[in-house]
Amino acid sequence: MKSITTRNTLRVIILIVVASVVIGPLLAAFFGGFKGNSELRTNPLWLPDSWDAGNYIGILMDGNFWRYLGNSFFISLMTVFLTLVVGAAAAYVFSQIRFFGAKMILSYLLLGLMFPFAAAILPLFIKVRDLGLLDTYWAVILPQTAFGLSLAILLFKAFFDQLPKELFEAAYVDGCSYLRFFWSFTLPLSTPILATVGVFVFVQSWNNFLLPLVVLNDRSIYTWPLGMMQFQGEYLTQWNMILAFVTLTIIPAVIFFLAAQKYIVAGLTGGSVKG
Amino acid sequence: MTTLDRTAVPRRGNADRVKKGLVSGKFTALLILLPPALILFSLFVILPLADAVYYSGFSWNGYGAPSDFVGAQNYQRLLDHSVFHTALWNTAKLILVSLLIQMPLALGLALLVYRKTPTNTLFRLVFFLPYILAEVAAGLIWSFVFDGDYGITSSLLHAMGQESVYVLADHQWAFPAIMTVIVWKYFGFHMMIYIAALQGVPKDLVEAAKLEGAKPRQVALFVQIPLIKHAIVVSGFFAIIGSLQIFDIIIPMTNGGPSNSTHTIVTYLYSFGLSRLNIGFGSAAAVVLFVLAIGIAFFYQRTTGKGSKA
Repeated sequence: MKSITTRNTLRVIILIVVASVVIGPLLAAFFGGFKGNSELRTNPLWLPDSWDAGNYIGILMDGNFWRYLGNSFFISLMTVFLTLVVGAAAAYVFSQIRFFGAKMILSYLLLGLMFPFAAAILPLFIKVRDLGLLDTYWAVILPQTAFGLSLAILLFKAFFDQLPKELFEAAYVDGCSYLRFFWSFTLPLSTPILATVGVFVFVQSWNNFLLPLVVLNDRSIYTWPLGMMQFQGEYLTQWNMILAFVTLTIIPAVIFFLAAQKYIVAGLTGGSVKG
Repeated sequence: MTTLDRTAVPRRGNADRVKKGLVSGKFTALLILLPPALILFSLFVILPLADAVYYSGFSWNGYGAPSDFVGAQNYQRLLDHSVFHTALWNTAKLILVSLLIQMPLALGLALLVYRKTPTNTLFRLVFFLPYILAEVAAGLIWSFVFDGDYGITSSLLHAMGQESVYVLADHQWAFPAIMTVIVWKYFGFHMMIYIAALQGVPKDLVEAAKLEGAKPRQVALFVQIPLIKHAIVVSGFFAIIGSLQIFDIIIPMTNGGPSNSTHTIVTYLYSFGLSRLNIGFGSAAAVVLFVLAIGIAFFYQRTTGKGSKA
């Protein structure tokens, strides 16, 4: 029988090996951004000979980089805002108001949980074009919101259902209307779930590639994943530049992740734990 | 979770209830709060999916109204296209790798780090990190790793005295490389689901099993894993639906090449439908994807006997 310490050592060794495989490529990208292209060729993995931040500074000085990030940021923020407002409003109706057809309409709105987004991409392109929205922020914001609604409504409704009933009864007796109750009680009491869904939607929007790729052609409105592919197309084999660019886009994501990981994990596991 | 009426209105006549509803703003609330979601969802989710079915019957480049009705020809062309067969097979391989390699790996690691200690938290964060990175960024980093001139794989091969391999330009290796990246990217997600479930397993059950002399492996196999079966079923559902939609990672790594050997259903419908403005043909591929997703979802629910909403 193995002793506890041997077992634990083995466990830690396995964990460290896996962690290196996970972190290795990211560190190589970070280091690679400091290297010259010829150094990269002979030393792709380890620390650079000298920490020359030229590549990084060059990209940071380029207005395009900030424009891409700004576009992504605005689109993500608007998507979060719309998803929270529209999703919470609908979930509130299903949670608080009994009306004819409520169950059917709820099932209809939850259909989105099963639908693969990619299957709708061609007609979405046509629709967005016919609405005259190509190359606008709305071309990304509206479809993203629509596809995020199902999960948002599911999570919001589960949360609203758990709010104490007595609260509504008291407010109702005092003559508080449904709309006011939603605005002054339900929403303020629901900040945890709003934060969870908000963070989750933000990350998805921030990383989205297929939809912007299809509906945005104008470089000035590119989101950062499109900008990064554009950059890669321009620098093709200058891996040190590309790695610097990728690293610079990853850093804010990592910082955001560390700050908001509680909500990200809750959003991911939230839906599944209830099931 | 049934929808109960929270208004506590005592049962009265219909007229009374309508009046009460008007006063309390029940109808106003209904009319203001519900339509935005319904309109957005119908306009940008349901309608496009219905459009896809409609368009798939036409030969259409997206301009003007579709008029050249071709019946099932688009589907016939799809079934005859060898690249589509490859795309289907590749997608199936992604599902298999996710179910048979990624999920067991995630489960094993979850069992190693589910207890709440500072080191475990650190490892958990690290393992989960790839999941939050954008697929495109991950794809670019890994195409560097696999690059024949600069990459890490080739310098490892050099160190072993071998010729460098252009992994992503190689028919044999390109798709296995992509599958590696998929596992790297998503195992942390499944691990997190298992950890949440493992932390919900009552401690006394595990303790009792240990007192009975069960080894850690036995505890895992006979106590913990059966008790988190639900989480495994749900994560399997995510794995399948996610694999069906893989696109972002392929584009920076191989863009479907070399010679169309690494397409998935989605890269296929993008390259052969949208890029070439064969809207009808691409829609047929989209409908296949849609039917596969729905079909698998229903079949999965049936066989596992679990609701897999979300």
